[in-house]
Amino acid sequence: MLALPAAAEPAPRRQIFLGTAIACTAATMLIGGMLATWLQFRAEAPVRESAKRGFIRDWMPENVIVPEVAANMMLIAFCVACVMAQWAVYSAKRQDKTHTSIALGMTAIIGLAAFNAQIFIWTEMGVGARDGAFHSMFYAATASMAFLVIAGVIFTAVAAFRYLGGRTKELEVVSSHALYWYFLTAAFTAVWFVIYVQK
Amino acid sequence: MTSIDTHHAADVSASTSAAATPTVAVWVSSADHKIVGRLHIGAGLTGLLIGLVLAVLVGFERVDAESYQILDENSATQVLAIARNLLTFGGVLPLLLGLAVAIVPLQLGSRSISFPRLAAGGFWMWLTGLGLMIASIIGNGGPGGGNSDLVDLYLAAYIVMLLGVLMTATSISVTALTSRAPGMGLLRSPLFSWSSFVASVSLLVTVPVLIGTTVYVYVDHRYARAGFGGNKGVNEWIGWATSQPFTYLLAIPALGIALDAVPVLTRRRLVERSIAFVLVGIVAIAGVSAVTQTTVTLPWGGDGFFSGLGTKIADLLPFFLLNVLPVVGILAIVGLVLVSLKEGKPRIAAPLVFVVLGLIGILEGAAATILRTIEDAGLAGTIFETGEYVGITFGSACVAFGGLCYWGPKLWGRRISDKAAIPLALVAFLGTILGSLPYMIAGFADQPAARLNGFSYSGPQELWNALVAVGFLLMLLATVAFIALAVKSFLTGESAGDDPWDGTTLEWATSSPPPADNFADVFVVNSPEPLADMKASSTGKEA
Repeated sequence: MLALPAAAEPAPRRQIFLGTAIACTAATMLIGGMLATWLQFRAEAPVRESAKRGFIRDWMPENVIVPEVAANMMLIAFCVACVMAQWAVYSAKRQDKTHTSIALGMTAIIGLAAFNAQIFIWTEMGVGARDGAFHSMFYAATASMAFLVIAGVIFTAVAAFRYLGGRTKELEVVSSHALYWYFLTAAFTAVWFVIYVQK
Repeated sequence: MTSIDTHHAADVSASTSAAATPTVAVWVSSADHKIVGRLHIGAGLTGLLIGLVLAVLVGFERVDAESYQILDENSATQVLAIARNLLTFGGVLPLLLGLAVAIVPLQLGSRSISFPRLAAGGFWMWLTGLGLMIASIIGNGGPGGGNSDLVDLYLAAYIVMLLGVLMTATSISVTALTSRAPGMGLLRSPLFSWSSFVASVSLLVTVPVLIGTTVYVYVDHRYARAGFGGNKGVNEWIGWATSQPFTYLLAIPALGIALDAVPVLTRRRLVERSIAFVLVGIVAIAGVSAVTQTTVTLPWGGDGFFSGLGTKIADLLPFFLLNVLPVVGILAIVGLVLVSLKEGKPRIAAPLVFVVLGLIGILEGAAATILRTIEDAGLAGTIFETGEYVGITFGSACVAFGGLCYWGPKLWGRRISDKAAIPLALVAFLGTILGSLPYMIAGFADQPAARLNGFSYSGPQELWNALVAVGFLLMLLATVAFIALAVKSFLTGESAGDDPWDGTTLEWATSSPPPADNFADVFVVNSPEPLADMKASSTGKEA
């Protein structure tokens, strides 16, 4: 076996952060692709006359009412989750275990609250996925987003367990989890605009 | 960022030495990238085999266009869909991903793949999804299937399989970015590693779009059947993943195999290395086209070339970027290979023959795609597209066989006999050409792609379809024989030694098969071919 010269100690890797960034890119393509298909269906829907709004695309049935307040609250919740996640990074860098724990806990709770708001929207709308193309696509797109939110909460839980378990100097997982929440906020902003505002 | 993991002790429990014969429990639970890679390769060869059996059935069914002889009208759509999915996602893709999982960390001088359990989990998820897809087809599910629940199962299994592919692709791409030996910048990494990285990133940006579409189709099929065409619409929405340009993504790692193996086997350093890096990236542009799910067509003729020239130029630009440029990349890489063959001292070894002939198949399929996308050629919807698909897929499989002959000795410690493998390369190449070219000719006669019979056109239609069926059969026979030869060689073949090809990259600097942690030391790399430099300096000669 040939022997090459041994190297010096290598620089630290950022595998988790990079892996998270790559996963975020893939998830961006997932949400982007779904929103693009949504917009395509919306654009290709036939035009019909509405008693209230004149000529409109026959896309969202008139009896469907999307709870916009809950959707707006979800958007605000995601923004707050970003602040909490960044607070966790800031505290972890300062080796402040108490603040990091609180920040991670708050991030998880806000994530769960956003998921709860999503369930509230589904329940409040009172329509089923089998009621038409709009309905099935609405459920498919929002459920995919909700799946990503649950993944975020699990990520936060893993970061919290690792941190509280004593790995307080491994900041990468905390900063990676913050990156994921930034991605979630950006992704939900797009979902909010296309599905809840533009419909 | 050029660094590798020195804290490998923690991974030892997950990385059982590939040198020892692994038990079933080790095969199932191991996160050693060499074992996971070999699992991918084994399952990929099996998937390719089953896909080829179905392709042979489809091929012979088309010979007599008047009535069904082997299949029936109800099962035709399902068999067509699963055959393509098995060839693409069940055969060639796992074969190439498996080679990447097993070889890329070794080429980069790394002790392990990044996220080894993610790579292992990706394999099992892919396998579970693929198994459920096959089961759903057997139970009358899948595209056009009669059992509604099993159509749903097919779609759900498709998503699971694609998630497995994404997990493996993530692991490979993070490895290429973070686990290179000190001194090995990205542009110093071997070309197979680079092409695996490019292919992985391409998969990571295209497959999620496919997953999103499949989620829509699944929810619509299960609940509403209002927007996506029910069971008949499944292929319309997700069929793009088994046609061009998506299949170009299969060719990317195959091109990397060629660019790594040919210079070694022709004893000529690839002086055009930086150009090769760019060319591999250019082929990945096809990924953009795949994501947009748009084939940019060129409306060429009609009322004269110069009429409406401005519009034609506006059409020409996206046509060139999305259709022509990837083919130019493949063509230029074939050119580099030919230059190496001409200026080097080629060894007539099995990997070289497989790789060169496979590249010709890929180039044939890719070049034909340009022709189909010229609107006035009138080839859209014809079987011409199947000819392209066969050229690219079978060509990529041939190159993957070459990759197995080339790196198999490193993974198994034994080499495949050149004398036995070279005739198989010729048979596989003949199968590729016979399986694709007659379909292209039949495409000009407007033979439809989606139908197995009920078509008629002037010309020897039975001859074209019979030639294709024979081509598929030859490819199947070559694959069966290759698998048998590989199993026999890797179990009882001639010992390969650590560096059987006089290699130039780091994978040849460790033992065959490599130990659990790949390398005893972390290397410092000063050039793209560190082993060649080291050999040259040890003999006091200029490399």
